[in-house]
Parts: sequence; C-alpha cells; structure tokens
Amino acid sequence: MQMKLAATAAIALTAMPMAATAEGEVNIYSYRQAYLLEPLLNAFEKETGIESNVVFAKQGLAERLEREGRNSPADVVMTVDISRINELVERGLVQNVDNEVLEDNIPENLRHPDGKWFALTTRGRLIFVSKERVKEGEITTYEQLADDKWDNRICTRSGKHPYNIALISSMIAHHGEEDAEKWLADVKDNLARKPQGGDRDQIKAIAEGVCDVAIGNSYYYGNMLQDENQRPIAEQVRLVFPNAEGRGTHVNISGISLTKSAPNRENAIKLMEFLSSPEAQRIYAEANTEYPANPEVKPTGLVAEWGEINPDDLSLQQIAENREAAVKMVDRVDYDGE
Amino acid sequence: MSEAATSVNPGLSQPLLAKRTSQKWLISAVLTTAIVALPVLSVIFLAFFPEENIWPHLIETTLPRYLITTIQLMAGVGAITLAIGLASAWAVTMCEFPGRKFFEWAMLLPFAVPAYVIAYVYTSLLDYAGPVQGALRNWFGWENATDYWFPEIRSLEGATLMLGLVLYPYVYLLARAAFLEQSPSLFSVSRSLGHSALSTFFKVVLPIARPAVAVGLSLVLMETLNDFGTVDFFAVQTLTAGLFDTWMNLGNLGGAAQIATTMLIFVVILVTLERYSRRRQQQFAARDNREPIRRFTMSFPRQMICVAVCALPVLFGFVIPGATLGLYAWEYFGESWNPDFVRNTFNSLFLSGTAALTTLLIGITLAYSRRLHNTRGMQVLMRLSSLGYAMPGAVLAVGVIVPLAGFDNWLDSLMREFFGISTGLLLSGSAFALVFAYTVRFLAVSAGSVESALQKITPSMDMASRSLGHSPGKTLVKVHLPMLRGTLLTAALVVFVDCMKELPATLILRPFNFETLATYVYQFASDERLYHSALPALIIVLAGIIPIILMSRSISSTRSIA
Repeated sequence: MQMKLAATAAIALTAMPMAATAEGEVNIYSYRQAYLLEPLLNAFEKETGIESNVVFAKQGLAERLEREGRNSPADVVMTVDISRINELVERGLVQNVDNEVLEDNIPENLRHPDGKWFALTTRGRLIFVSKERVKEGEITTYEQLADDKWDNRICTRSGKHPYNIALISSMIAHHGEEDAEKWLADVKDNLARKPQGGDRDQIKAIAEGVCDVAIGNSYYYGNMLQDENQRPIAEQVRLVFPNAEGRGTHVNISGISLTKSAPNRENAIKLMEFLSSPEAQRIYAEANTEYPANPEVKPTGLVAEWGEINPDDLSLQQIAENREAAVKMVDRVDYDGE
Repeated sequence: MSEAATSVNPGLSQPLLAKRTSQKWLISAVLTTAIVALPVLSVIFLAFFPEENIWPHLIETTLPRYLITTIQLMAGVGAITLAIGLASAWAVTMCEFPGRKFFEWAMLLPFAVPAYVIAYVYTSLLDYAGPVQGALRNWFGWENATDYWFPEIRSLEGATLMLGLVLYPYVYLLARAAFLEQSPSLFSVSRSLGHSALSTFFKVVLPIARPAVAVGLSLVLMETLNDFGTVDFFAVQTLTAGLFDTWMNLGNLGGAAQIATTMLIFVVILVTLERYSRRRQQQFAARDNREPIRRFTMSFPRQMICVAVCALPVLFGFVIPGATLGLYAWEYFGESWNPDFVRNTFNSLFLSGTAALTTLLIGITLAYSRRLHNTRGMQVLMRLSSLGYAMPGAVLAVGVIVPLAGFDNWLDSLMREFFGISTGLLLSGSAFALVFAYTVRFLAVSAGSVESALQKITPSMDMASRSLGHSPGKTLVKVHLPMLRGTLLTAALVVFVDCMKELPATLILRPFNFETLATYVYQFASDERLYHSALPALIIVLAGIIPIILMSRSISSTRSIA
C-alpha cells in the first residue's frame, strides 16, 4: 500500500543518526544554553580545528547518558550548580581525569579530588538592596535576612531553585539543620510576595517598590546592566557581598565532566584544557559576568568594578550532600506557599 | 434522507464485521499498540524503583496543595474552553452574522500560540514594568506598586486564563466538525416539536456532538495536567511541579515516575467515567450533504453578541500576543535574526509533518481495527495507545529513551559479539526518536478523533461495501476515508501544530546541534531573555497559522462536497 511505503520512507529518512563521532569533533551535553557556549566553542575551534556538537536541556540529560551507556556519543557534560554535577558522579556516569594542565589552571577546592569534575566559573549568590530605601551596611549577612526589620520587604525566586537550594545547603552546613530551618522559616515570614519568577525579576521587584531586599546571582545583575533597556532598573539596586567580613559569600559553580563513554576522549580533554585556559576564562568573565575559576585571570570590566569577592570556602561536596535536606526543608517551612 | 439514532442496541456492530474478516487488522493493531505503549510502560516500570519512598514527605507537606491547585486549574481551564469552544463553534456553524466566514478559521488562531509564549507575553504586558500598569500610574499619579492594587497575572487565575485562551480550539475544532456533520433536519424536527433553539442545543445537538466534545475536552484537560512551562513560570504549584521537584531536586526519578503514574491513573479514571456515562448510546448519522445548513438570521444586537463571542477569544488569544511578539521582534531584530533560522524552521516543519502523517496512519489503523473487532480487548488497546498524552513531555521522553537506547545497545552487543562491529546508537539521539516521541504523545489526538467520527458512520455502509465484495481495507479506503476527510484533516492539523509547539521531549531527545523553533525560543526564554527570541516565537505562531487556514478551508468544504 502506498501509505505504508511513505511511512517506511519517512522512518528510514529520520532514522539516520545525526550525531557524528568522526575525528575532529567533540560532543557536549549541556545544562547551559547553547548560545552562552557559542563564543567559547568558536574560539576553541579556531585554535584547535575541533568542531563541537551540543545538545542543551535542563532535564533528562543524565537519564539519557545513563541509558545510552557505553555507546553514548557524549564526551563531556557541562553543568551549572554543584548538585547536578554531583548527581553525575554518584550515578557513575563520569570518569577521572588526571591532567596537569587542568590541575594547574583550576584550584584544588574547585575540582573533584579524582578529577571527576572541574569548575569553570564561580558565581556569587548575592544580596541586592534598594539604593533608596536601604542604607549602606544595613544588611551584610545571609543571617540578617531573618531579622524582623525586613518583615514584608524581601523577594526571592522559588526556594526550590537549585541556586537557592545550594544556599540553604550551605546554611545547613554552617548552622546545623535545626537553626537553618528556623532561619529559613523567618526569611519566609519576611517575604513581600510569594516566591516567583527568576533572579532578574527580584531585582525588578525592588525597582517597583514591591520589596527592598532580594537574593540573586551576580551575573544576572551584570547582564541587566549590559542590556540598555534593563539598565535603569538594575541601577536602582546596590549589591552586597554577604558575609564578606566573616566566612565569605556563598558561591556556586558551573563545571565540566568527562563522560564514561567519551568516544572522542582526546578532543574532550583538549576542550577541558582550553576552557580552563586564561583565554577562555576571560571570555566567560566578560560575556556572562561570571568569576573565572582560574586564579590567574583577574576579573575585568563590570565584575572588577564590583570589588573582590571573598568566597565561602565550605567544600562544594558538602553543599551537594545537604541538597536533599535542603529541598525537604523548603517544603516543611512551606517557603513557596502563599 | 438522513437518519440519526441516539441510544439503542449496543451490539449492533458486533455481528457485521465478525469472524470472517482477516486477522491482519487485529495483528497490526496489537503490534502498533505494543510499540506505542512502550514509553508509557517504561515510565510505569521506573515507578517500581524509587530512590526512596517520596509519599510520606509529600503527604505531610505539599501534596494537598498540589492536588487542590491541580483540580482548580483543570476545572477552570475546562470551563473556559467549553464555554468559548462550544459557543463559538455553534455561532459560526448555525448563525449568520458579519464576519462569520472569517471567524470560521480565525477561531483557530490562538491554537498556534504556545502556552509558554502567551504566558510570557501577558506577563510582560501586565506586570509592573509593562505598558498597562505604566499608563495607569501615569494617569493616577501613583508612585509605586504599594500605592494601588492590580490583579497578579502570575497566579492560579492567570494560568487558568492563559491555558484556556490557547486550548479552547481543541473543543472548537471537534465541536464544529461534529455540528457540521449533524443533519440540519434534526434541528428542524426538534424546533417543529416545540423546543426553543437553546433547548434544542442542549437536548439534541450537544448530546449528539458529545463524543467529539468529550475528546476535545479530554485533550484540553490532559494538556493542562501536563503543562509545566506555564505553571512553572507563574509559580502555580500543580502536581507536575511536584513531579519535577522530586525528579530534579531530590534526584528521585522513580518517585517522579510514581507521581506521573498516579496522574495517568487519574486521567484513565476520568476518561472511563465519561465513556461509561454514555455506554448505552450508539449513534449513527448517515450524513446527507445535499441538504445545506440553514443558518439563523438574527436581529442586530444578537449578531453583535455572536461577533463578540468569536472576536474576544481571538483578540486575547492571538491578536494581542502576536502583535506584542511582532513589536519585540522589531525592537530586538538585530539580536534575534540568525542565519540558522531557515534550518530551524525546516526542522520544525519536517518533524511535525512526518509526525502528523505517522500519527494519522496509526490512528486510522487503530480506530478501524476497533471498528472491525469491537471487543473489550480492542477497547483496552485503544486506551493503552493513547496514554502518552496523559504524561508530561519530559517524563515521556525518558520513557522513550529507555526502550530505544535499550534496543540500540542490545543490537550493538549482538553485533559486537557475532561480527565484531559496533553499530552504536541507531535510534536514540536521532530524529527518529523525536518522531516516535511525538507519535506516542499525540496519538490520542488522531486516534480519538478518527474513532469518534467512525462511530458515527452507520454500519450499513460497511455491510453494503462488504457484501458487494470489498475487503475491509478497500472498504476503508473507498468508503470511510472519503467520508472522514474533514476529520482526518482536523486530526492531522491538530497534531502538526502540537508538534510545532512541543518542547520538553524535543529538548531531551534531539540530536546534536539540532534546534527546532521551540527549542530555540526556549534557550533564551529559560535564561529570562525571551524578548531576544520574539522572532522565532513569532515564526512558530505563523507557521502554525498556514496549515490552520488551509485545513480549515477544506473542513468547511467537506460540507458542500457530496
């Protein structure tokens, strides 16, 4: 029958695998948007002639990698947030990398002891305050977010967002579960509105007068300043590096891991080396206003203007381990509720 | 003369097609269902292996809220889509008013707008920084958000409205097709027996259209239940939100699969109840196309009501979001124009077209096999094959990976062992995986519409054709398919547009460097930069419109062609 023929043809046509594993390529599963990687991958190709292929998704890549098993075409996984990376390690989907270039470029606290992951950038979880309504020095720590004086004045995105979960995990690590829960419940009581939107929306909310204090990642603020339509909004807030005087500001990372299957292992390692090199690190810092993981690269432009960040040296591993406790805590205090 | 009978004789179709028919149809139906049901079965399988038992924590904390919110959302969206869909379908089919012909297809336009896009657009229009509140502040001299009250768009009500606006075309499409297929003389008979127009609508027209409307509504409700983009953006905590939280934050895929399975059971119960409540009805309507529909002529105020009923949903569901996107696209043209555009558009069109065709073919196979073998077993097969729609796209994607990658690796091991060559991954990570996923996901749409339309063709047609010596296959091609042309086009259209908009499964399953318009829009939208991708978002909408217009034309022409 004609229809059957057509159907067969269609299936045959679509079944042609599009992922190539030929030489001169490297395949990336990415939790970061492909367009954010583009300048870096272009620079990589220019230098080495190796082409990169990307699949970006926010969910399901770990499952895909796991099911594809030893035949998976993916060479590296690029992630944001330490918990995602840790998940790959725990499920045994990545392999050790023992490489001097990477070990020279990335400080010890920003990589896995066996080389199962390497951080490429760090981003501070900062506090943003209204220039108009909050005095300089009025809030300097995460702990102060629980003060009664901020009643009905704080905005954040969902407590379940990985960035907030990581912050809460760090609070658990520093104060223990009981005190952290009390802190979180008090912050929840201070919220001006039900958690919603992304980090930029919290900064907007300050400009709108809905709240005076917000939590957000550094680069969102940077990106708003770089966008001429959003700059006037961003200019109404001041950024605070929380706990700068004490244990340091909570930071999270974006990172890279080599998969177990990695058909193009050598190219993949070249990519990892390249991304940790000063050249690539500078692109990261400038294009997305993040902090380079390579200590040799000093922040430039906007990031430099903000002043130095004193990162909390709590191990990222510990933050990842507290993830589950943090998620359940958010449910218990009903952080995202009305 | 046309003839329609509601009720009586549930066993009518049983003997006619009986045992002498070849088993080919039965076998192909069983095989197809087995393949199509694999992803759903995989998810159910995963549900047996949770990392930990998630329920005690859920029940203690957020589950009650998830449940209540989900039910509120579904009830609200259901009510909105029924009201808009039925009223507008009835108006354009049966009433004469200015612009009627235009609204026949224009009612479908909001369908081309993905829910996550309309949610974004209305947020940017109605939030504090948007033009509406800005103008209000100017007029009244308000200083900031604390000076006045404005409805919060990011709320349950907001999400209900957004979903209602883009989903009502499901009800409209199926209701209109059903109204068109009804014989006008039925209506006249009812009127001549003393029923008012309104009472005829509820007592005669609607009951006959019910199978089709039920299909439309159940599609709306499943889509609502599965929506993640909109509810996430609006911070509305439905069961889907809980599912993703369990999966992504607690790393408990098994637990998430359990929630998905629970939702599935919920849907199955809902659909079964609806079917059970009309189990004693069987309808056959031999259509008589020679008799034209006589539309009501109405007073001017009534005509204006009809215009409003049709114009408002189109205005809010299409014109405003489309114009806003156009404006953004213009403003950010430099940043959103991209040479990959043509390729992304081609990818979307090619995948959606292939999937629409495949889905239609399988839908016809299943529905027709069910007609030939009207047994309890076939009914179960039909339901089983349609379950993909009742599952969130991202979860279904994992369900697709499991069997495909399993097959690939099995074949690879076999080849390595016997021939020393590696075949690698053949199916997973290819466009095939995407077409397969779309087919599994949207089969409910085509199978459901074909089935409900087939039910309305009287079995005497089959008997006549068969007794004149045609095989079941020939009868299908010569008799049924021509009669069903409108329905088939509708089904293909719906699947096509749905595929164009599909996002979560596409993201997870696509090959390297492969973007559809939807994934391209998403990478910016997910980074809080949707305005950068207003242009591709607009293209999704526009690409959806073209088939809508084409097919809508052919649907209305089915009425005049004998």
